[in-house]
Parts: sequence; C-alpha cells; structure tokens
Amino acid sequence: MSLQVDAISVELGGRLVLHDVDLTVDASEQVGLIGPNGAGKTTLLRSLLGLLPLRSGAITINGRTPAEARGTIGYVPQRHEFVWDYPVDVRTAAMTGRTHHIGWLRRPRKADHAAIDQALERVDLTDLARRPIGELSGGQRQRVLVARALAVQPKLLLLDEPFTGLDVLTQEILTRLFKNLTAEGTAILMTTHDLPAAADTCSRLCLLNETVVADGPPDELRDPAVWLRAFGVARSEQLLHSLGVTR
Amino acid sequence: MIEFFTEPWQHVFMQRAFLVVLMSGVVCGVIGSHVALRGMAFIGDAVAHAVFPGIAIAFALQTSLVVGGIVAGLVTALAIAVVSQNRRLKEDTVIGVFFAAAFGLGIVVMSTAPGYGGSLESFLFGSVLGIGSADVITVAIAGAVLLLTTGVLHKEFVTIGLDRETARAVGLPIFWLDMAMYAMVTIAIVISIQAVGNILVLALLITPAACARLLTDRIGRMMLIAPAIGALSGLTGLYLSYAFNLAAGGLIVLTATAVFVACWVFAPRHGLLSHRRKIATAALPARP
Repeated sequence: MSLQVDAISVELGGRLVLHDVDLTVDASEQVGLIGPNGAGKTTLLRSLLGLLPLRSGAITINGRTPAEARGTIGYVPQRHEFVWDYPVDVRTAAMTGRTHHIGWLRRPRKADHAAIDQALERVDLTDLARRPIGELSGGQRQRVLVARALAVQPKLLLLDEPFTGLDVLTQEILTRLFKNLTAEGTAILMTTHDLPAAADTCSRLCLLNETVVADGPPDELRDPAVWLRAFGVARSEQLLHSLGVTR
Repeated sequence: MIEFFTEPWQHVFMQRAFLVVLMSGVVCGVIGSHVALRGMAFIGDAVAHAVFPGIAIAFALQTSLVVGGIVAGLVTALAIAVVSQNRRLKEDTVIGVFFAAAFGLGIVVMSTAPGYGGSLESFLFGSVLGIGSADVITVAIAGAVLLLTTGVLHKEFVTIGLDRETARAVGLPIFWLDMAMYAMVTIAIVISIQAVGNILVLALLITPAACARLLTDRIGRMMLIAPAIGALSGLTGLYLSYAFNLAAGGLIVLTATAVFVACWVFAPRHGLLSHRRKIATAALPARP
C-alpha cells in the first residue's frame, strides 16, 4: 500500500473543504482525481504533503505520516506556483527538488548529479539543461516541474493539473513517462480537468466533490447519476458524452 | 591624474571611508540579490526604519550603535513574521504598521538625548568620513559572517525563492530560513548605515541587484555583478564627494542609479535598446 487516506476532514479558514474522504493508491497505480473547481482537489494534495492540519481522520504513506514521509513524495504543483523569472537554469531548478535530501551545509555530490541527469533525461530536457527557466515554453516548464519532483526518485508522485494547457509533444512525453513510472512501481495521483485523457491514462478515477463521490476503473463509472452528483447537472451532458457514458 | 586617485588615500579618515564603503557595497550587493529576487524591497525598507529605535536607544545609553540597531531590526522582523501569520492581514500591511511605529519610537527616544540633532542627521544621511577604526573592524567581521552564511544557505534560499509551497512540502523550515534572511538583511543594513545613512541604505541594497538582474539570467553571476557594482558605485561616489566636496551618501546612491539607468537602456538581452531591436527584427517581412 503506497497511500492510504482514512476518513479525513480538512477545514480551511473555518470552512469544511473536505469531509470523510477515503482513498487508497497502490504501488503501480495511476489514479486520476476529478472534480469541479472548488471540489477540494488541491486541498487534498496539500493535505497529503502534510501542509494542512487534519480535523479528523488519518493519512498513511508507506506506513508513515505525511510529515515523516517528506522527501519520499514527489510533488508537481500547478505551473503558476513557480517563480519562472528567477535567474536559474533548468538543471539548477530540478536540483532544488533534492535540497532537503542533500542536507544542510552540503553541496550536491555524485549521486545527486546522477539523479538529476536521470530526471532530465526522463522528461527529455537534457539538451536544455543549461537554459534559463524564464526562456522555456509552457510544456518545457511543466517538464521542469516533473523533473524536480523525480529528483528524489519518489515512490509516490502527486501532480496538480499536469496536463492543463500543454503542447502535444509534452503530453506524449508525460503520458509515456507516467506509464513507465507506474510499471516501475511508482504510485501516481493526479488532479485533472482533461477527462478523456484521464479515462485513457489512469487505471482508476476518483470523483471528488468535498468527499469521494465515486471511485473505480474508468469502465465501471458508467452510471450518469454518479457524474451528475460530482459535477452538477449543467456541465454534465457534454462531459458525459465526451467520456462515452451517454450517447 | 594619478594624483586624483591616490591623494584621498593619504588621509586616514578617507582610508576608513573607502574600506567601509567597499565592504558595504559588496555585502549589500550579495544580500540585495536575494532581496530583489524575492520582491522583499519593502521589507528592506521596513528593516532600515526599524533599526532606528535601537540605534537611538544605544545612543542614549552610550553603547554600541551596531548592536542596538541589529537587536531592534530583529525584534521588528520577528514581530512582522508573527503578526502576519494572521491571514486577514497581508504581510505588507503589517510591515507598514510596524516600521512606522519603530521609527516613531526612535524619534521619541532620540529627542530625550541631549544634542541629538547632529547624531540624527548623521544617522539619516550617513557619516562616512567620521568612521572610527573600531567601526571598520565591526563592519569587516559582520560582513564576512554574512557572506559566509549566504554561501552556506544558498541552495536553501534558491529553493524557497523558486517555490515556497513545495520547499515547505519537502521539509525545509521556511519560517526559520525567512528569519535568517531577515536577520541578514538587518545586519547588512546596519553596517551600511554609516556609509550612506538610513534613508539611502535601501538603494545600496536594491539598485546594484537590479542592475545585475538586467545583465544576467544566472543567480551565481548576479551575486558577483551586484557586489561589484555596489563597490564600484561606493568608490566612485566617495571620489566625487572628495573632489567636489559634496555629500558622500547621496553621490554613492546617484552613481549606482546612473549605472542602473545605463543597464536599463543598454543591457544586452533585457535592455530597452535590445527589446527595440528584437521588435524591429520580428516586424521585418520574411524573405522569400
């Protein structure tokens, strides 16, 4: 078991954003976290990282609490969370993923450089390693964030909207990468708005709207009522059609 | 001509002034690079004001001005960090409250000390020609500690500067690293106040870093260029001040500002002319 979430509730500024959320992600699984804006997807990811206190419930990551598991989780935030005009190159940006791993008063050693080489290779940025991050395209930026997350060779990878606004090349690179990572035993949990792509690439979908509305392989989520509950009526028809739930 | 450059060095007070200006320029350039990149200019301004009551109290008690300034700056920085945990108040609002309060306190304390007018002026506008040898040594030691600390915590500061949330997620103690940064900014400001004064010290911190940012896209080079510009502006300002008998602090800052304007116009990649050229090139019709 890589990730186990037991009945957690999370409060933000006095409002209950998540309640009674149950979720498991096993090794080699890629789970898509789907829900409308404000459903609590990012809040759930931040709770898994130990950045938010739980009002109730428990989170276990490879048998440890989120705080203890820090440094073994790869996190890819949304692209706008990152300061792209900061004057560093791609390689340095990826290396910041290992800062805590390297430790105080130390400089990166051979193993650290090797890990970054591999991470850049996996996202196909080796040739751009020395380019300032301010000069990158949106797709290249997304790959920098993924490389930074892979820098610690995580067993659990959390991604927030990794496919939003990407070029086709980057989508392909990332889709293939995630497939390879799960084959190697990594557990992946990603939020997404791109439902058809999620249904394509994820082994399981979890529909979230303050709590888990439905959870199962894409094929099993054929009941329109489930989607209506997660997304409300207005948006659902086109959505369901694109997923092939209704015709 | 050579005499123009060597003559000021014959006076002990000018030797001390040169050393302090040089060291302040280097230290502020390095620390200022982080300040500029993190958009902390307002915090720098706040700390510059916040050290005032400490210096005033130290003046009234006849103790070390540097120590008094550092203590007051740190107390204010801590107060800002703690009070801004309240999510209803934005950090810059809290800073606005505290730095004005600190400055008010400083003025009240200063007015209780007899003959405060002269020291107030030298505090506000600098007194680089009146620096004692003990001050030179204090600046040297404090500066060396600051440069060493910046080097040691470099990768942590870069990690936080790029992405605070993820830095926290991987387990970096953000609060303490922020406090360390505030402390370093405070010390850099206190040791530079003698050179350019309280009001102008912000320029020594921000302007060379802003020039360097225009000239490079690599933080390592930025932290070499900024201190070079800071030191060079300091020396140039001091020479001009000696030659024309004008206020040193003001001339140092104006020299740095002149460098900034030059960078803004002529910087090879990010300057005004370079942008114009890029736009002009892009507007050219494609050749068949």
